Amino acid sequence: MEPVIITSDAVDLQVAIGSLALQNPVMTASGTFGYGREFESFVDLSRLGAIVVKGISLEPRCGNPPPRIVETACGMLNAIGLENVGVDRFIREKMPYLSGLGVPVIVNILGDCVEEYARLAERLADIAGVSAIEINISCPNVKKGGVAFGTDPQMAAAVTAAVKKSCRLPIIVKLSPNVTDVTLMAKAVEEAGADGVSLINTLIGMAIDLASRRPRLANIIGGLSGPAIKPVALRMVYQVAQVVTIPIIGIGGIASAEDALEFMLAGASAVQVGTANFVNPRASEDVLDGITAYAREQQLSSIRDLIGGLRLG
Amino acid sequence: MSQFQKNVELVRSEVLAQDVIRLTFNAPEIAAAAMPGQFVMVQIAPGQDPLLRRPFSIHQITKDGALQILFKVVGRGTRLLAQVQEGAHLSLLGPLGRGFILAAPEKACLVGGGMGIAPLLFLAGRLSQPVHDGPRPKVILGARNRAELVPLIAAFENIGIKVLAATDDGSFGHHGLVTDVLQGLNLDSAFTVYSCGPRPMMAAINHLCQQQKISCQVSVETVMACGMGACLGCAVALKAGGYAHVCSDGPVFEAGELLWSL
Ligand SMILES: Cc1cc2nc3c(=O)[nH]c(=O)nc-3n(C[C@H](O)[C@H](O)[C@H](O)COP(=O)(O)OP(=O)(O)OC[C@H]3O[C@@H](n4cnc5c(N)ncnc54)[C@H](O)[C@@H]3O)c2cc1C
Ligand SMILES: Cc1cc2nc3c(=O)[nH]c(=O)nc-3n(C[C@H](O)[C@H](O)[C@H](O)COP(=O)(O)O)c2cc1C
Ligand code: FES
Repeated sequence: MEPVIITSDAVDLQVAIGSLALQNPVMTASGTFGYGREFESFVDLSRLGAIVVKGISLEPRCGNPPPRIVETACGMLNAIGLENVGVDRFIREKMPYLSGLGVPVIVNILGDCVEEYARLAERLADIAGVSAIEINISCPNVKKGGVAFGTDPQMAAAVTAAVKKSCRLPIIVKLSPNVTDVTLMAKAVEEAGADGVSLINTLIGMAIDLASRRPRLANIIGGLSGPAIKPVALRMVYQVAQVVTIPIIGIGGIASAEDALEFMLAGASAVQVGTANFVNPRASEDVLDGITAYAREQQLSSIRDLIGGLRLG
Repeated sequence: MSQFQKNVELVRSEVLAQDVIRLTFNAPEIAAAAMPGQFVMVQIAPGQDPLLRRPFSIHQITKDGALQILFKVVGRGTRLLAQVQEGAHLSLLGPLGRGFILAAPEKACLVGGGMGIAPLLFLAGRLSQPVHDGPRPKVILGARNRAELVPLIAAFENIGIKVLAATDDGSFGHHGLVTDVLQGLNLDSAFTVYSCGPRPMMAAINHLCQQQKISCQVSVETVMACGMGACLGCAVALKAGGYAHVCSDGPVFEAGELLWSL
């Protein structure tokens, strides 16, 4: 985990998500990298492809009661409850630092209704340093009886269209895996104007403490993340890659360059490193170093050559 | 704020009592930056199971770069950690969190219960003047029984502190709770009490300190994933409403800021 020295015979690692150009495909996943600064002792933040910040809502949210996390086999469950400082404080307190890093900042947004998402996008549209918006649609739509936006293609499309109309930034829609057919969701948001999709968000799960016969999370259920979910995520990225033409960002259990490269072969243009940041705060940079080494070793003229390069038959 | 992620050598692993383990790492960078009350996240296994690091208070550091943790085997992670062989390397992340705010030694009283004793040795050492016969903080330590407590007291005695002891079964020192001993001291309000231990113990100490208008700092525990303010998993309820994060706002808090249920 000591820094790897990269010699400078440059490899072309650039990828694009719509009009957003990235110096390389490695981003950090929302909710697993704080607001970036937390990692400054461990990661050269300016080397990252992009930083995706913790999900932001219009008003601050204080989150769920503890316990909020529990470890599971090769993974963890979380029920943080979308705790965040709210969009105003985010812009005031977090953006000045982030915008000084010189890397794209992607703001993950969440809301209770379509209008809230649209207002968030409006608020962020002209903030210096904000390069794109990632819509977290794994939230309950309060106006529609609490059904998650991310499980209904029409609602997901409505949110996407509303956000798209409210700002000119590239829009990434983050898909929930808690659906029967993820390709329907992907197609719906592509048609509604999304510039890219990112997947997967956490899988809903549960853990029970036998001794007390109680759920291990105060919220009873929570989102599963980490290496345990990688095969599911990889499958979903592959399936979505068959039906959309917009770029895909692969997420789920990525802890090494090998993991990231598998997602690219399955069709991802870029990846996000999530839970691995908790275990190894330098994980994102380690993944980047590994991808760079692989590209050089394989003598790739561009990392883009790998995207969707899965060999079949 | 310097924080490090280092692969460090486990130079010594000692069983102090049944299921009570003291590990000594050669971790000069982390040791040099550490303050009493801060903690480290220890990677249990290099693979993916158990996935998450485990948090441990910094028990003691030495000038030659050694860092000690003291822990009790309570589950899978601590069981595996107790089995790591001397000479092996483990990844440590730290120093993390906000530690204790130091008071003058003659006006400090440290109260530890069970493994809550762990951070208090480092604190006691820092509070004590290096001179022989210099002022020392008062230290009250409690555990279930003599076998658990005596090995832990030795380290305090080594730095010239006479420990007031309490055991649940009366096999050593006062028969009863550390809070009884604390109450008996009748501290004046210029004192600062430092406390770490089981939640009910800290709640009782907070109650006592509130009554006697003594300032009280506690080190609290929650489950943690990252230990560095990124996951927001380590929430602890505040008296004023809402939550603080144990890893970045704590683990040391003014006891009066937290929500306690007696
Ligand atoms: C800042 C901080 C400092 C700590 N310092 C010390 C120390 O110096 N010495 C020491 O012995 N322990 C300390 N702990 C607690 C220690 O981290 C846990 O005992 C350890 O993580 C348990 O891991 P495990 O895999 O063995 O247990 P698990 O199998 O994960 O759990 C076993 C039992 O312990 C409980 N538990 C799990 N994690 C924690 C936790 N973080 N805090 C409290 N209970 C927990 C579980 O609910 C369960 O009942 C500290 C915790 C924190 C947050
Ligand atoms: C503690 C925690 C908090 C998260 N918070 C958010 C969030 O605010 N918004 C969001 O879209 N996804 C959030 N996620 C999901 C991650 O961004 C990611 O999609 C998921 O964890 C799968 O990737 P991983 O296995 O690499 O962690 C969170 C995940 C974790 C573990
Ligand atoms: S343990 Fe992750 S924020 Fe505190």
